[in-house]
Parts: sequence; C-alpha cells; structure tokens
Amino acid sequence: MKVTVNMDKRLQHFIDLIIVFTQKDLKVRYKNSFLGYLWSVGHPLAFAIVFYVAFKLIMRVPIENYALFLICGLFPWQWFSNSVSASPMIFLGNAQIIKKINFPRNIIPFALILHDMLHFILAVPVIIVFLYSSGLKPHLSWIIGIPILILAQFCLTYGISLIIASINLFFRDLERLTVIFINILFYATPVFYSETMIPSRYELFLKLNPLTPLIINWRGLFLKGIILWDSIILSLCYGIIFLAIGLVIYKKLSWRFAEVL
Amino acid sequence: MNDIAISFQNVTKIYPLYHHITGGIKSLLFHPVKAVKSLKSSHFLALKDISFEVKKGEALGIMGKNGAGKSTILGLIAGVLKPTKGKIIVNGRISPLLELGAGFHPELTGRENIILKGVLIGLTRNEILKKMEDIIDFSELGDFIDQPVRIYSSGMLARLGFSIIANLNPEILLIDEILAVGDETFQKKCFNRMLSFKKNGITILFVSHSIENIRFICDRVIWLENQNIKAIDITETIVSKYIGNM
Repeated sequence: MKVTVNMDKRLQHFIDLIIVFTQKDLKVRYKNSFLGYLWSVGHPLAFAIVFYVAFKLIMRVPIENYALFLICGLFPWQWFSNSVSASPMIFLGNAQIIKKINFPRNIIPFALILHDMLHFILAVPVIIVFLYSSGLKPHLSWIIGIPILILAQFCLTYGISLIIASINLFFRDLERLTVIFINILFYATPVFYSETMIPSRYELFLKLNPLTPLIINWRGLFLKGIILWDSIILSLCYGIIFLAIGLVIYKKLSWRFAEVL
Repeated sequence: MNDIAISFQNVTKIYPLYHHITGGIKSLLFHPVKAVKSLKSSHFLALKDISFEVKKGEALGIMGKNGAGKSTILGLIAGVLKPTKGKIIVNGRISPLLELGAGFHPELTGRENIILKGVLIGLTRNEILKKMEDIIDFSELGDFIDQPVRIYSSGMLARLGFSIIANLNPEILLIDEILAVGDETFQKKCFNRMLSFKKNGITILFVSHSIENIRFICDRVIWLENQNIKAIDITETIVSKYIGNM
C-alpha cells in the first residue's frame, strides 16, 4: 500500500517538476521584450521572406504557393533548431543547482523542448491564415496527423538534445560543432526545396537524414492533409532510436555532472 | 539502525581531473597518446577513507581549511556525487541551503522562485502552495515577494533562501556557510529556528568557519584536515583544540 502512495507521489512530483520548469521557460523567454510571443513566429517568417526573395523571385523555383510551402517546413524546423541550438548550454547554464541538488536533471532539456513545442503549436494558426489566403483549408486529418508528428519530433529532438547536452559537459567543442551541424542539416533537409527536386542517386542520403521524413510529412499534412504512413513510421523509428541513445548516454554520464561542472 | 540519519562507511572520493578532456579536439588530435594517458593518470583525492554517523535530530558541524573536503562531504550527502569507494546511507529528504541566490531564477518573482526551489528539493506543488504564506511571513519580504528576484539585495536573497528551506518540512538540513549575510535580527531568527528544528528531530549538517556559530548550533563537530578526519567529538572539545591549532 505504502509503495503505491510513494509511486503516486513520485509521479506527481515528476509532473510538477516538468510543469514548473516549462512555466519558468515560458515566463522568462520573452519577459523583457515588447512583442513577446510574436518573436517565435516572427523569426521563421523573416526567414521565409528571405528564401522567398532568393529562390522564388530571383532563382524562380518551380514550386506553387512557395510562401506557404516555405512556412509549412520552416515552423517545424524552427522548433527543432531552437531546441538543439540551446542544448549545449542547458546543463552548463544550470551548474549551480546541478552541483547542489539531486533531482532528475533530464527535466531541464525535457522542459525546454516542451516549451519550444508549445511555441510551435501556437504558430499553427499562422499557417492556417496562410492556407486561407491561398484559397486552401485545414484538413480533418490534422487531428490524427499533428499529434503523431509532434510525438515523433519530440522524441527525436529530446534524444538529440540529451546527447549534445550531456556530452558537451565533457567535451566543450561540441558547442561549436552543434552550430555547424545545425547549419548543414538545414541545407540537407528539404525545407526550402522539395524532395522531388533531388537527383535520385542522392536519395539514400536524404533518407538517412532523420529530419527528412518529418518535414515531408509536416508539409504534406499542412498543405494537402495527406498522412504518409510509411514515412510517419520512419519518423517514429528515428525518434525512438535517438531517444534511446540519448537516454543511455545521459544515464552513463549524469552521475559525473556535478564533478565536471 | 533507524535512528541514524547519515552514515559514511570508509568513504573515499577521487575526482578525475577533467580539464584534460575538456581541452577538446586540439589536444586529442595533436597529442593523442598524451591525451589518453593524462586521462588515466591525473586524479585528485578529495576524501580519504572517512567514516562517521549522524543520528536523527543531531546537529553536526564540519570545520576545516579550504580544500579540506567539506563541500565534497555535502555533495556526497546530497547525492550529487558518488563515492569512489565505500558506502553512504542517507535516511530522509535533503534540504540544501545554497549560497546566495543559487537555484533562483533572477527574472522570476520571489513567489515563483519559492515554487521552483520547492519542486527542486523534492516537494509537490500542492505541498509548497500550502506553506506559501508561512514562507512569505517568515521572510518578512512584504511586497517584494511579487518582484523579480534580480532586484533583491543580498540580505533579501538570504532571507528568501532560508525561509523556503525552513518552512518546507526539512528532514536533513545541509547548511554551507550561508548565514553570514542578512541583518542581525534575521540571523538570530534563523538560528532560533534551527534550534527548534533540533528539538523536533531534524538533522542538521552545518559547515562553517565561524566558531561562534558552530558553538551555538552543533552538538558534535568533525574536524577535517588533509582529506581526512583529524578529530570528531563533542563541540567544546573540538573547538578548543581547533582554536589552539590556529
């Protein structure tokens, strides 16, 4: 009997930790900026404008509704990229509490990614506005598609962030490498171009990029309401693999965090 | 066995010196053999074969020069460090009183920081909210409680820190040289609160350089020197030896 009470309390405590940390991130992120949450939409929109000018107006990419096409990929990309770019500093920046208090440290990246996820969800209405302005409509399939894709992207992002955050404590160069890695990954992922434009001999490389099936799915879902089950399953597999690797590395290293900080 | 709060059995703690690895790619690329060798050879002995026990409700002081291993002992009790050898048993929830403002987020208000700190030391939000008014009353911060912590003075930070720890049902208190800040009346209030904790069976570990404070709070004292226990005994005995040694 007592064991179940303890389990309930531990679970409650774990949930409370996540809530409090996510609230903290939400409160802190835009506390002193006038436009607040609008920045989380403004940033990818500014990118979209740049790419639109560069690729549609100047280089004339043959993609219909290119502005809409761009933001459907840029918003989910932004979630991934924000979380992963912040990950090298995530344990370093919390050195004070990690050195003194014993709590599940993986809460910190978990809350960070949850926070970026909320910003992504809040940006979905912007996509809807763009859809309507292009004469399109949201689809009923979003109700199934969005939660599954969010789950897959959450696992992938959390796994990668855990790996980087943990290893960076012991190997500080990883911080620089992460910046380069994210940059390369952006161009290697079909965000501002369509996967159909890639020569077939490079198709394997495209498949090896864990973000490719995710972005293709997000775009298919937002633009046409299509759910591509085989690439959704591939996304989930990537998510689970990276989550597992991240948790193993974190488990192996976490008890040394206080020594190295 | 059940009246023991903390037990150290032949505990040794060795830190590997990580700066060789954090030297990064460069040292790994240009001096691979040296880099790997240095990983294996450079260690730092922080505690050497230490054994002691703390009973529930006891107040134990830890004295010693800088680098004697005081903070390592607190880290081991808090569970953020693992012993290299030996065994540590801790019965009870740990409430660490951190140095000024640590564990607070500067942009959050005092009230929000109370919740943040509370969940960090292992309480649920409900438990913290129930104690919220007690904490705010004890801190005497008044309207400042709804201001961001970054505008607090160091005295106010100390008040908030102690008020949180003191009112959230501590079981084992770890206090690391903290109460030197804040005005005298509040310090007195803190020490009185600690005395009442002792009466209620709460265990206190008190690290300090202040002989006066140790005398006031502690029943027994550990004197650390050269990573080892030089002496452990009731407060008066150790304090008089310590003063004689200075």
